[in-house]
Amino acid sequence: MSSDSVNAGKEILCFHCGDICKDDSIYIDDKKFCCRSCKLVYEILQENNLCKYYDFENQPGNSPPVRSDIKYEYLDDEITKKQMLDFSDGKISTATFFIPQMHCSSCIWLLENLYKLDCGVTHSQVNFPQKKLVFKFLEEKTSLRKIAELLDSLGYEPLINLDATERKSKQKHIKNLYYKVGVAGFCFGNIMLLSFPEYLGLEKLTDPEFHKLFGYLNLFLSLPVFFYSSSEYYLSAYKGLKNKIINIDFPLFLGILVVFLRSVFEIVTQSGAGYMDSMSGLVFFLLIGKIFQSKTYEAMSFERSYKSYFPLSVTVIKSGTHKTIPLANLKVGDRIYVRNNEVIPADSILFRGEGNIDYSFVTGESLPVQKVLGEIIYAGGRQIGSAVELEVLKEVSQSYLTQLWNSDAFIKDKDSKLVGFSNTISKYFTLAVLTLAFASAAYWMPISFDMAVNVFTAVLIVACPCALALAIPFAYGNVMRIFGRNKFYIKNTNVIEKLSKVTSVVFDKTGTITQSTKSEIVFMGSQLDYKQLTLVKSLSAQSTHPLSRKIYELLSDVDIIEIKEYKEITGSGIIGTLSNHVVKLGSESFVNEIPVISRPANEVNSSKVFLSIDNHYLGYFSISNAYRQGLSELINTLEKNYALHLLSGDNESERDFLKSFFKDPLQMHFHQSPENKLKYIKALQNEGQEVLMIGDGLNDAGALKQSNVGISISEDVTNFSPACDGILNSSEFSKISDLLRFSKDSVNVIIISFALSFLYNIVALFFAVEGLLKPIIAAILMPVSSISVVVLCVVATNYLAKKRKLK
Amino acid sequence: MSVIYILIGVSILVALGFLGAFLWAVKSGQYDDKYTPSVRMLFDDDDKKEENNK
Repeated sequence: MSSDSVNAGKEILCFHCGDICKDDSIYIDDKKFCCRSCKLVYEILQENNLCKYYDFENQPGNSPPVRSDIKYEYLDDEITKKQMLDFSDGKISTATFFIPQMHCSSCIWLLENLYKLDCGVTHSQVNFPQKKLVFKFLEEKTSLRKIAELLDSLGYEPLINLDATERKSKQKHIKNLYYKVGVAGFCFGNIMLLSFPEYLGLEKLTDPEFHKLFGYLNLFLSLPVFFYSSSEYYLSAYKGLKNKIINIDFPLFLGILVVFLRSVFEIVTQSGAGYMDSMSGLVFFLLIGKIFQSKTYEAMSFERSYKSYFPLSVTVIKSGTHKTIPLANLKVGDRIYVRNNEVIPADSILFRGEGNIDYSFVTGESLPVQKVLGEIIYAGGRQIGSAVELEVLKEVSQSYLTQLWNSDAFIKDKDSKLVGFSNTISKYFTLAVLTLAFASAAYWMPISFDMAVNVFTAVLIVACPCALALAIPFAYGNVMRIFGRNKFYIKNTNVIEKLSKVTSVVFDKTGTITQSTKSEIVFMGSQLDYKQLTLVKSLSAQSTHPLSRKIYELLSDVDIIEIKEYKEITGSGIIGTLSNHVVKLGSESFVNEIPVISRPANEVNSSKVFLSIDNHYLGYFSISNAYRQGLSELINTLEKNYALHLLSGDNESERDFLKSFFKDPLQMHFHQSPENKLKYIKALQNEGQEVLMIGDGLNDAGALKQSNVGISISEDVTNFSPACDGILNSSEFSKISDLLRFSKDSVNVIIISFALSFLYNIVALFFAVEGLLKPIIAAILMPVSSISVVVLCVVATNYLAKKRKLK
Repeated sequence: MSVIYILIGVSILVALGFLGAFLWAVKSGQYDDKYTPSVRMLFDDDDKKEENNK
């Protein structure tokens, strides 16, 4: 515990969370903290002898959320509780929380030592890749709500989502794959061992009894491989045929089936040793490929609907008292109470209070909207400022925003209509192989029936596209990992192929090409001295209005003084008295009785906050959206190969500025509702375009779903993002063109490896049609071709990634 | 040479044992989280006793 607050340059870093401290006014001993809540966490940990937390990593903490009014009251509700608990016998219960904030080994340590902070918790265990905490607790000593509040106070806010069922089924599928691989590996190894005498030509030296025994043992060992391990391929081939698609699994199924039947025949009639080793080896390698491909980003969800954005509970006012009820029980006509920073769950009428609604995530509007009594407030906005009372107009699922989820795009499954490159090839491949098999059988038929059957089955065996079937999982699986290293997380490997086909790219504005957390602020007017800056900062500190917050953040190195009088006038601005000065911040008409006439005309695309001190006008803060770094380079490179479009829910104020990026005015569309965006994408698709949508908010949800590939941009990838095919960390925004190009490269790698595996198939076919396919040739050719294709795929994709300067 | 019958029987039994161990490991959830245990094993658990007194 000797380490002091770390000094990085001149900046003081918070001992708890590592953020830059604005000053050194908050400290314990010689440890400095950036805010009171960080200090509070430190104090809690110190009291409970948990300071080891700080030993594993430097500044491991999360700054706990400032809004302490998030209530976990609804966790006391019996129905909600039942849904949350994994197990309960009335005394001991088990539950799982999803905690996106955990990020290092200190987090794991603290969360697994939860019993020291709450004696009711008997056991807690972290699953770090899934960012989950499983814990057991005694019902009489603590409650779900208390634990949630404890975690929240430590900066580990549990993200509670009631429909977490989809995740469990995925987990089960992977588990089944492991079982299948285990069984196939076991059988493969033993069959290989028992086939050794065959490979070495020892069967003539040894007792024919052994020969027979080994044959039957092989047959016996191959049964689990044939009936259990490879069952997935039969199912997939059958599903393909049902949809009238000959997918890659169909020739595999055909191959496996023919090998098995012919081997059984050979073993039973003692006419040969069979190809059980090749068959089980093939299945084993294929399944390993499947595991490699099935890498999933467990902590992320690509299927979120509005439900996970909305709160789980609402505070309802009934006969004067506040009561928390689950959102599902909310009825039309209920009076609800919405606090600062809470999301409005249903379309409703403002009943009491001052509405100041931030719709940026829902509509893309960058500034909050003022609402007065009696006005309709649409669901999805976030109240900023004091609490309000609302009367619910429509049910949650029927509101303006959530209706979007009733549209077609959300009902049909995007993947089902995918006719991938591999499936197209496999169709022709299968037809060619079948033709060849029948042709060679017809050729041998007049000479010998046995030979004809022999050749027919041999062709089907060697034509089994094992190398082909391995190329895709390994190449795409590796590409997915490379994407992941570049902070681009995709839902599954199908996305890569879809990305490579994209012809149009559609951008959202707010939060996508602009930064949602950062904006450019400049003060226009007379130079302010330090004293004046102090006054401005102290005043703006009082307000939760986003513009005030931004001014406050701009003046980070300025002191704060005490404020005497303070008043916030909704829609106008704030006024306060500080050390005998009257300071006004707000709209032009609020600050100046007489408007200032001279104003530069090119500043239309920004919000302005005017300032006067003692009724003396000083100037204004101009606050504009900050565009992401590398935007112009990105647009310039993309422009060459793709048609670009911009869809914004915001107003047209920045049209002139954006003209320099999107040259054709028809490419830019403003005031777009979520519905409009979806329709726009649909229209593009009807023109034959393959559309990539890049968005971030709920308002893009429809467009993301409708588009061929929907990518959601996020500052923090574990945060909420609407249903999409991929999540890109905003820091890698400028890499989009590289990622797109790389997806095209990887498809080329697949084509090359297909060519290679065809080559193997042709060589093997040469043996097969002449009736020369010995088990040993099959046993050598199969692994050699498979392994060389796998190596080619992995090496080539890694090389190309390096060439594209991806990590 | 008939010792080979026994040897093969034994070898398959041993292999079956490993297969069983693998299946058990998957079933008991050891493959669910391949990261956290690697970190957890580095924590000291010296102060577990004092918790029992609480």
